[in-house]
Amino acid sequence: MELIAFYIFAAIVTVSALAVIMAKNPVHSVLWLILTFFTAAGLFVLIGAEFLAMLLVVVYVGAVAVLFLFVVMMLDVDFVELKQGTLRYWPFAGLIGLAFIAEIALASFARQASTNTSFDASPGADTNTEAIGQVMYTDYFLLFQLAGLILLVAMIGAIVLTLRERPGVKRQNIAKQTSRRREDAIEKVAVEPGRGI
Amino acid sequence: MELTINHFLTVSAILFTIGVVGIFVNRKNIIVILMAIELILLSVNINLVAFSVYSGTIEGQIFAMLVLTVAAAEAAVGLAILVVYFRNRGDIAVESVDLMKG
Repeated sequence: MELIAFYIFAAIVTVSALAVIMAKNPVHSVLWLILTFFTAAGLFVLIGAEFLAMLLVVVYVGAVAVLFLFVVMMLDVDFVELKQGTLRYWPFAGLIGLAFIAEIALASFARQASTNTSFDASPGADTNTEAIGQVMYTDYFLLFQLAGLILLVAMIGAIVLTLRERPGVKRQNIAKQTSRRREDAIEKVAVEPGRGI
Repeated sequence: MELTINHFLTVSAILFTIGVVGIFVNRKNIIVILMAIELILLSVNINLVAFSVYSGTIEGQIFAMLVLTVAAAEAAVGLAILVVYFRNRGDIAVESVDLMKG
């Protein structure tokens, strides 16, 4: 039963990953990417790593994929033109892919195939999440904080990169507002009757 | 036949290869290149989790979480660079990226 579920998930992952790199429209690519990550989360659940599966769904499907969709839909790019001539890359790419898969196969068949089927996704705890929590905030506390720092730097970087000052847009400048003096703003004019200013 | 670690390693290897091939096939479209990189990182994550569960230690899953963090940060910064580039040039063809004359 587990094996059947595994093969179904593995097939969906493979097909949708292929569709990601072969789809004509990048919007479709993003949607296939979402399916890939969702199914990979299924694989994680199958092996017992529930926490990472949920993390994958939240982070990838909820944030990264939506970010991709945002950018793809916002940029007004002629994707048909971009797609032209990709056919001539296929032989080269196929060669590289074959070399990769052959190397990996060679490396993995060189040693004895493992027959160990006893998986333990939550050593020393009742649940997977508990097991992660036990070490994450103790042994790997600095690593955890470093992850937060990386996210902070990425956030600041993205904001700094995309922020721009457009000319002709009125903005509130508080320093300018508070440093205004009466002499700069008000002018006394003696208006002569019948002539105006 | 039972579920072993080899099953997961095979899926991971296939996914990695698809990601690498995707980078070469979509040489002009940088958005799909970024997605292919995400596929590669996902395959790395599958490997880490599989080995972690297989060896009965939790460290691999902590590491997978860090990979996830870095992948998210990379996607954010990469797409921000893409948006700025599109704003300056009006297209995102990777072949015409020669602003710095490198």
